[in-house]
Amino acid sequence: MREALEGSLAIARAVALTKPDVVAAYPITPQTHIVENISKLVADGDMHTEFVSVESEFSAASVVLGAAAAGARAYTASASQGILLMSEVMFNIAGLRVPLVMTIANRAVGGPLSIWNDQSDSMAVRDAGWIQLHCISNQEAVDTTIQAFRIAQETDLPVAVCMDGFVLTHTMEVIDIPSQDEVDAFLPPFEFAGALDTANPRSMGTLVDPNYFPEVRHSHHAAMGKALAKIEEIDEAFAEVIGRASGGLLTVDGPKKAKVGIIAMGSVVGTMMAGREHYGGEVGEARIVKLRSYRPFPAKALRAAVKGLDKVIVIDRAISPGMGGVLGTEVSAVLSTLDKAPKVFNYALGLGGRDIPETMYRDLLTTIEAKDAPRFAVFDADLEKLPPEDR
Amino acid sequence: MIEYRIHGRGGQGSVAAAYLLAAAAFEAGFTCQAFPAFGAERRGAPVMAFVRIDEKPITLRSQVRNPDFLIVQDETLLLDPTLTNGLKPGGAMLVNSRKASAEIAAKFDTRVVAFPATDLAVKVIGKPIPNTALLAAFLALTEHVPQAALAAALKGRFHGAMLEKNLALIAEAAGAVEAGAWKETADA
Repeated sequence: MREALEGSLAIARAVALTKPDVVAAYPITPQTHIVENISKLVADGDMHTEFVSVESEFSAASVVLGAAAAGARAYTASASQGILLMSEVMFNIAGLRVPLVMTIANRAVGGPLSIWNDQSDSMAVRDAGWIQLHCISNQEAVDTTIQAFRIAQETDLPVAVCMDGFVLTHTMEVIDIPSQDEVDAFLPPFEFAGALDTANPRSMGTLVDPNYFPEVRHSHHAAMGKALAKIEEIDEAFAEVIGRASGGLLTVDGPKKAKVGIIAMGSVVGTMMAGREHYGGEVGEARIVKLRSYRPFPAKALRAAVKGLDKVIVIDRAISPGMGGVLGTEVSAVLSTLDKAPKVFNYALGLGGRDIPETMYRDLLTTIEAKDAPRFAVFDADLEKLPPEDR
Repeated sequence: MIEYRIHGRGGQGSVAAAYLLAAAAFEAGFTCQAFPAFGAERRGAPVMAFVRIDEKPITLRSQVRNPDFLIVQDETLLLDPTLTNGLKPGGAMLVNSRKASAEIAAKFDTRVVAFPATDLAVKVIGKPIPNTALLAAFLALTEHVPQAALAAALKGRFHGAMLEKNLALIAEAAGAVEAGAWKETADA
């Protein structure tokens, strides 16, 4: 049913529709409303779930790891420092190939302390081995959350659904929440062949010596590669039942003849689309590539998406100090195998919640036309605010 | 697309007002978007919230920089020199104040209606929370969304006696301003 809902409440209701056996979470801004609403649904008897209130994110991740290992459908949510505190367990969840789902309400990582949105937190756990899907709207976040449970159990991989903190979590907009019947038709009951079973005892997470460790890592990497097709297939299956897709691995939007492209993840994609509508006549209409699957990284689809482009602007909502953008670096690497690779301009935007106006579209497209356009910059940093020696 | 910016102080229900305006717009068949200026919320501190309504999907996620209309829940915020920043020419500002509209308008380069929403709220619901009265007056002035849609949105948020009191409050507030005075929207 279409309703005007705050993003966090919509996510809580989407999670409820998947009927998780166990939810464990520790509140942190801007994830708080999600778990508050889940807790309320459980307390009101509208959700038959064991809600475990824990004393830290480390415990939240540990509880869902244990629950899923025991064969339960499990969910958690966090952000920022909470993700960092979870990170040790996150590597274990993925490395032990335990399927569960987490929402990352993307927020900057301190210090200095910032409660506002960027994607430094999910980027910090890029290599934990989780599937990472990014959403541009609350509708996509709802749909992707439901899809994530099926992706997890069909790949034996944990899935992080990334949604921009505040910008999505605290925004009310029109969202269609699927019915229970629709979700039941799409999402089978939880099944995990690797679950622990007292009738057939075995060990999970044992010491793996050098004779086997590289094979474990290889199989994890290979499973991620196979997940590419699963993510697309499950998005299509969702569309068949519920009537709309979330964009598979990535979606390409804009003129075929475009010479400039923009590649980005998360809600900034929507702002770029609005910017193109307003300023496209003035500075040209860019092709916009909405990257949904960040891990696994859809290299082949990306190479196809940039076909015919001379220049690509890659927007990063995080920074790797001493290197530059992370997504931009990866896009450059992937495109380097093309005969006619577009020139990549990588700009970090909106760090720590700096508002990204639609004029940014015009500013980005104008900047890359200059001869000395930087290949990387914290684009919206006002260097005048810094003493000369820090610029 | 019509864009609104609500200014208030923590505790006056500015974010709730933004959500109610968006929900009312949805009830009236529009797409909508409402969100607060995210900050460390403290009672009494200046806060902002934003609303967009449109007939097509809204993809823009930035703060509202060029509002068509301002709703000011606390007249002390009139002292903030940035208050009307970006307000579109042809826009207008509704202010919660006992003062005469002309007295406030003299200091601003935009149309102003002053409306004593806190007084009315105290009278009808017994609490100094001006948001629902202001919204009703605002929608009466602009006629962007019918009053019935605001009532429907209130039913999604309040129950029992508080709902009844708020319904009485919005009916009285809507009748206290010039209906349709701001019917035309600002230049896009």
